[in-house]
Amino acid sequence: MSTTDKAPAEAPNEDEAARAQLSTAPVEDSPAAPVGIGVIGWARWFWRQLTSMRVALILLFLLSLGSIPGSLIPQTQVDAMKVAEWKKTHEFWVPVAEKLQLFDVYSSVWFSAIYILLFVSLIGCIVPRTWQFVGQLTGRPPGAPRRLDRLPAYTTWRTDKAPEEVLASAKGLLGGRRFRTEASAGAVAAEKGYLREAGNLAFHIALIVMLVAFACGQLFKSEGGKLVLRGKGFSNTLTQYDDFKSGSLFSADDLTPFSFTLDKFDASYEKAGPQKGTARDFKAYVTYSEGAEGAPKKAEIEVNKPLEIDGSKIYLLGHGYAPVISVTDPTGKVVYRDAVPMLPFDGNLSSSGAVKVPDGYRNKNGDKEQLGFNAMFVPTFAGAGKGTMLSQFPDLNFPVLALSAYHGSLGVDAGLPQNVYQLNTSKMQEFKDPEGQLFKQRLLPGETMTLPDGAGTVKFEGIERWATFSVTHQPASGLALAGAVIAIGGLAASLFVQRRRIWVRAVRGADGVTVVEMAGLGRSESAKLPEELSALSAALYETAPSPARSAPADAGTTTEEEGERA
Amino acid sequence: MTLLAAATNESLADLSNKLVYASMAVYMLAFFAHITEWVFGSRSKVGRTAAALTPAAAAAAGAAPAVQVRTKGGGTAVLDRPKVVTRSASGVRDVPDGPGAAGGTEKGDLYGRIAVSLTVLGFLIEAAGVVSRALSVERAPWGNMYEFNLTFSTVAVGAYLLLLALKKNVRWLGLILVTSVLLDLGIATTWLYTASDQLVPALHSYWLWIHVSTAIFCGAVFYIGAAGAVLYLFRDSYESHLEAGKTPGRFRTSVLERMPSAATLDKFSYRINAAVFPLWTFTIVAGAIWAGDAWGRYWGWDPKEVWSFVTWVAYACYLHARATAGWKGRKAAYLALFAFACWIWNYYGVNILLSGKHSYAGV
Ligand code: HEM
Repeated sequence: MSTTDKAPAEAPNEDEAARAQLSTAPVEDSPAAPVGIGVIGWARWFWRQLTSMRVALILLFLLSLGSIPGSLIPQTQVDAMKVAEWKKTHEFWVPVAEKLQLFDVYSSVWFSAIYILLFVSLIGCIVPRTWQFVGQLTGRPPGAPRRLDRLPAYTTWRTDKAPEEVLASAKGLLGGRRFRTEASAGAVAAEKGYLREAGNLAFHIALIVMLVAFACGQLFKSEGGKLVLRGKGFSNTLTQYDDFKSGSLFSADDLTPFSFTLDKFDASYEKAGPQKGTARDFKAYVTYSEGAEGAPKKAEIEVNKPLEIDGSKIYLLGHGYAPVISVTDPTGKVVYRDAVPMLPFDGNLSSSGAVKVPDGYRNKNGDKEQLGFNAMFVPTFAGAGKGTMLSQFPDLNFPVLALSAYHGSLGVDAGLPQNVYQLNTSKMQEFKDPEGQLFKQRLLPGETMTLPDGAGTVKFEGIERWATFSVTHQPASGLALAGAVIAIGGLAASLFVQRRRIWVRAVRGADGVTVVEMAGLGRSESAKLPEELSALSAALYETAPSPARSAPADAGTTTEEEGERA
Repeated sequence: MTLLAAATNESLADLSNKLVYASMAVYMLAFFAHITEWVFGSRSKVGRTAAALTPAAAAAAGAAPAVQVRTKGGGTAVLDRPKVVTRSASGVRDVPDGPGAAGGTEKGDLYGRIAVSLTVLGFLIEAAGVVSRALSVERAPWGNMYEFNLTFSTVAVGAYLLLLALKKNVRWLGLILVTSVLLDLGIATTWLYTASDQLVPALHSYWLWIHVSTAIFCGAVFYIGAAGAVLYLFRDSYESHLEAGKTPGRFRTSVLERMPSAATLDKFSYRINAAVFPLWTFTIVAGAIWAGDAWGRYWGWDPKEVWSFVTWVAYACYLHARATAGWKGRKAAYLALFAFACWIWNYYGVNILLSGKHSYAGV
């Protein structure tokens, strides 16, 4: 509204002083050219820009835009397989994407630059604001501006009480409502709601705490996966893991010493309905011991309930079946007996894997040879004649194992790491059935198949279960949580607490009657301030009422008019 | 025993579906009642905004501050409490709020009231639909997008009715809200329908109650804030049109004249967004704690996490903009809308188009 802007020139400074400092937000200065010449001038200019609210705003916006690509393009950190796939299907874009570090957005140079600048700006902003705030806390509320009636909320009345009496009760009243008050000649100044600023500073500081905690977590974290058969154990050393990832400052000594054994695994599935076969509950029963030789304890691990041992968490990730297979050589000697984990490839746990007999086997001629079997396992077979080896249900209702047999060299001695779930048949020969085809057979539990030409037998003895666990250790997550809690609390204080000032002035008029004026000023225009002023003035009015004879309509000093502004 | 339970569950699920359709029918009636309200309201000639924005009026308003009088009823000479005079800050147009959709007409008002009553009825039926769905599955009714959509519109309507009950000036929101609720339920029943069933193990956690319920609540209330921001943009450009001495079209005048003033809408949208922001922060933190329990890391830049973060930063940006001189008003409103667009994308886009650890969401 233009007219309010044209405040009379009489006391603008005083008014400004009273209105100022209701926050510690930096005053926006125009992006003027650097003052002074040379490096220092520029550095100062740069620092001023960086710590201004406008730049903070721009950096925040860039941060939100900058995190978007990472959700659209697969990330190495999250899923390296998907990155490889994406690269195959978008060959044209790969060089560009790699240049821009789009497969590692959250550790890329440009993303780091945005948030580092933002946090430098944040620190550069918090430090002076904190000092300013401390100054405001130790200082006193600024004195009353000359013209209280120019403030956003204002009221006045006349009373027979002496000004000193009115001011004393005003001070008591405001103090009683936990305003900080300051009396001066003829007026009382009061202020309340410092918690807003404190909350805001706490929030911004908590952001820094969270960033530091997150960085620590990333640098020192470790995460390893392990498949454990029922009845078997695991102890937490690097060599025991199937796969292992760690942050750049992690060292193997950081691994918490513990071990556990998988005693039992339970799974239940939806038995009917449209979501038949969907998993409902998984539970792994383990016995664990802390340290090198702690006392054994029992625990259950579920999908959302990891087992926590001294900062390391053990999660249940997946599960599957491991047919127990024994192999005899032509002489009938058992040369192999083991539970072989199969990897599920669909929701009903149709699984595939490989059985490898690396040593101990000699063929009919007495020569050393290795045996290999490609295996398919289904927990619930569709039924004879229904052809496919695809499971109908994840539970063990009708388990069937299909094997195809090879002999020769497994290639395990070549020193190359091998996928345990796949058979490398390049140096193996097929066992042939009478028609000259690859020898294969389906087995039910307890059944035995005889290899051609008396090469031995393979028995499907039974079925074990396995579960995969992930062991993670991420330090400073407690600090991150503390930061988050402070951030939320600070935010709530910052957004819900109103910082406001109230002034009361009482002056004896020419006719000997005291004129009381009260005015309020808040950070933002809020309906609460007039309400509060109204309640305060009503309370003060009780102690200093208008002279009984005087009609209140002529008590005020302002022109009054009934407006209908809400 | 289990068979019997299964049968009651199925009939409860069936009941829930019927309740949802019934609520849609009632919301539809509320929609027509609101339309009627607007039509009757258009016959009134208010034109208060234009009056307030003519130079003469502005000068008059500036010279004498408007007054809020709080007198005790009757002709008593003694005031209950002293009068408080308020004054708006400089730089804000001093424009009265519009009279609402009914435009001060009695018939319009009647239809408006009917619409609100129907909305209350629709809300109760829909809420019953959500509850019976929960009972039929014996868990929190937030396991898939169909259920999210149901709860989303229930909460949005509930928040609106609560504001109405608190005597806040929000009836102008009625038509927009009912329309979008119908859209939301239409999408839910046509494309997102999922038969009621149990949850996958990853969702078995009390964090489901905490994290998902607050997420839906935030979205629903952010929606109301965004609706306020959109209306603010329309109303603000209408007001600056008038201020510049131009004459806006008749339809535009008729509709926008009845809306609250730009300043009121701006404040409304800010209050809503600011009030929900800490809860949204909490939602993300709760999600991170849950992720820590379920997946072994509290933050892993999964698409859903990325977009929650983007939404959060965008709202933080909006709040900053409000605190920075040159960014108040329209620019801040655009940021609020961008932030809400991120929220919506995080819901529909990320759930349907991007795959991540959150893809259990089940369409
Ligand atoms: C890491 C990035 C940041 C985030 C997420 C963030 C977030 C927020 C939020 C949500 C608010 C709203 C609370 C309120 O209105 O009281 C706020 C207020 C504020 N922020 Fe930030 N902020 C960030 C960085 C900064 C920086 C770099 C500065 C300084 C240049 C800054 C200065 C302020 C100030 C002065 C306020 C208070 C405004 C007022 O008093 O109304 N913030 N911030």
